[in-house]
Amino acid sequence: MSRGTLIDLLYLVAATTFIIALKGLGSPKRARQGNLVAALGMVIAVVATFFKQIDGHGLHHVGLILLAMAIGVIVAVPAARMVQMTAMPQLVAIFNGVGGGAAALVSITEFNHIHSSHPATYITLEVLLGVLIGTVSFSGSAIAYAKLQELMTGRPVTYPGQQVINAVLGVGGLALIVIILVTGTTTLLWVLLALSFVLGIAFVLPIGGADVPVLISLLNSFTGLAVAASGFTLGSNLLIVAGTLVGASGILLTRLMSKAMGRSLANVLFSAFGSATTGGGASGADQRPVRSGSPEDAGILMSFASRVAIIPGYGLAVAQAQHVLRELGEELESKGIEVFYAIHPVAGRMPGHMNVLLAEASVPYEQLKELDEANSEMQTADVALVVGANDTVNPAASDDKTSPIYGMPIIHADLAENVIFLKRSMRPGFAGIENELLYNPKTTLVFGDAKDTLTKLVAAVKAN
Amino acid sequence: MGNTLLQYATVLMLSIFVGIEIIAKVPSILHTPLMSGSNAIHGVILVGAMLVLGSATTNLEEILGFLAVILATLNVVGGFVVTDRMLEMFRGKAKPAAAKDEVAS
Repeated sequence: MSRGTLIDLLYLVAATTFIIALKGLGSPKRARQGNLVAALGMVIAVVATFFKQIDGHGLHHVGLILLAMAIGVIVAVPAARMVQMTAMPQLVAIFNGVGGGAAALVSITEFNHIHSSHPATYITLEVLLGVLIGTVSFSGSAIAYAKLQELMTGRPVTYPGQQVINAVLGVGGLALIVIILVTGTTTLLWVLLALSFVLGIAFVLPIGGADVPVLISLLNSFTGLAVAASGFTLGSNLLIVAGTLVGASGILLTRLMSKAMGRSLANVLFSAFGSATTGGGASGADQRPVRSGSPEDAGILMSFASRVAIIPGYGLAVAQAQHVLRELGEELESKGIEVFYAIHPVAGRMPGHMNVLLAEASVPYEQLKELDEANSEMQTADVALVVGANDTVNPAASDDKTSPIYGMPIIHADLAENVIFLKRSMRPGFAGIENELLYNPKTTLVFGDAKDTLTKLVAAVKAN
Repeated sequence: MGNTLLQYATVLMLSIFVGIEIIAKVPSILHTPLMSGSNAIHGVILVGAMLVLGSATTNLEEILGFLAVILATLNVVGGFVVTDRMLEMFRGKAKPAAAKDEVAS
């Protein structure tokens, strides 16, 4: 067997591991193993590449390649290890963005390398698509990062004629591709690069912070497609398979995520959702009475319950209060009170994010209930404790047809006998929508920092 | 347009269907790790980056290729490590709890 065939065979092994890995990631038992399998496949592919021959020569610049890899490893490992779990979505956005950037760079470099030899039109087309998609993913991810990291406002950034400008940018990019294909002008490639960069930013700006996770999933899928495009250019089945797998599964995942919010993908991407406080008669809302209580009152209420539903949201993670929450759960359990956690699919900043955060705090897996199960058990709960959640318990989603979140599945905290709502202030949630649940006569509001209040709650439950 | 393109197109089509089928039944709690895991997988662009740097003939190509390898490595390594960190927590619950009980008794 020739060296080239052996390398291709190893690439086939790597591609297979990626498929096995994605399959494994879909089941809780095999997920971690799946990830390791993919990592192994990646190592095989990279090692095999070092032995590849191009035009009869071995790989040039091996020293430079190793140096670049070392830099990458030195930066990536600590970043991935140290970053707080709450900042996970930002981190995924960054790693996705650099992947898109790499794909765009690979396409540009390859274009530079081959354009003198007049490559087939389809190769040039793939190069240009790779540049366009990869760059959009890169700059879009950067803005997504800035929004999640709160380096800029999480609210949608809108300006007059925005959709028109974005459409012009998009069509302009495609037109540029056609012009380059027809005329073969290489300098226009740099114009395409700049235009794609701006397009990525313009595309992401109007998307509100609450929707950014869906966006990251979409950009993740884009990067996959850019990688597949590079695969065509470089003639690599491995890149085509891996890129397409990610591209196709990413688009499906994106749709599943927007469905979990009860909205269409188009609505998520183009409606500048949450740009104003709307719904629930926001104007007069502030004057309406609410019932507030001390942590001690809430503690007593919970001590005499037989079943407590805990509804966590992102605020919990922001306050770093998941460990105290677990303590509270344990304290209640030790009194013979049954505790379950009602997890909304989009609680946190990404689907499944809340599960990760609670798992980190060692909350027993069996106590986590998904939306439907949680709702069917909510009636039997004496107390629903809402910690750091807001939009995901907003009844407007099912009652108020004019509300922007109408149709989003919610956790029906109002079905429980009593609702205890821990809140920092009366400020509306991430989507900027007034929450009727706050004014429900069943609801007791406990103001304060979530961690602080929970610590007091634990003490109060202990004392009773 | 020749046989090579057709062969790539075949691979592309099949991969699209595999990609869709394979994640059709994923519980929502695994959506985040799945996104993160597939994020690591598209880091395979590292292979492409190695190839372009490995065949670079001009300074511009060397610089672009060098940057591409750095970015791709970030993608691969960061992607896998983060995903593993997330999934570690899912696995970690049942066992440590059982282990603790053993120590206690």
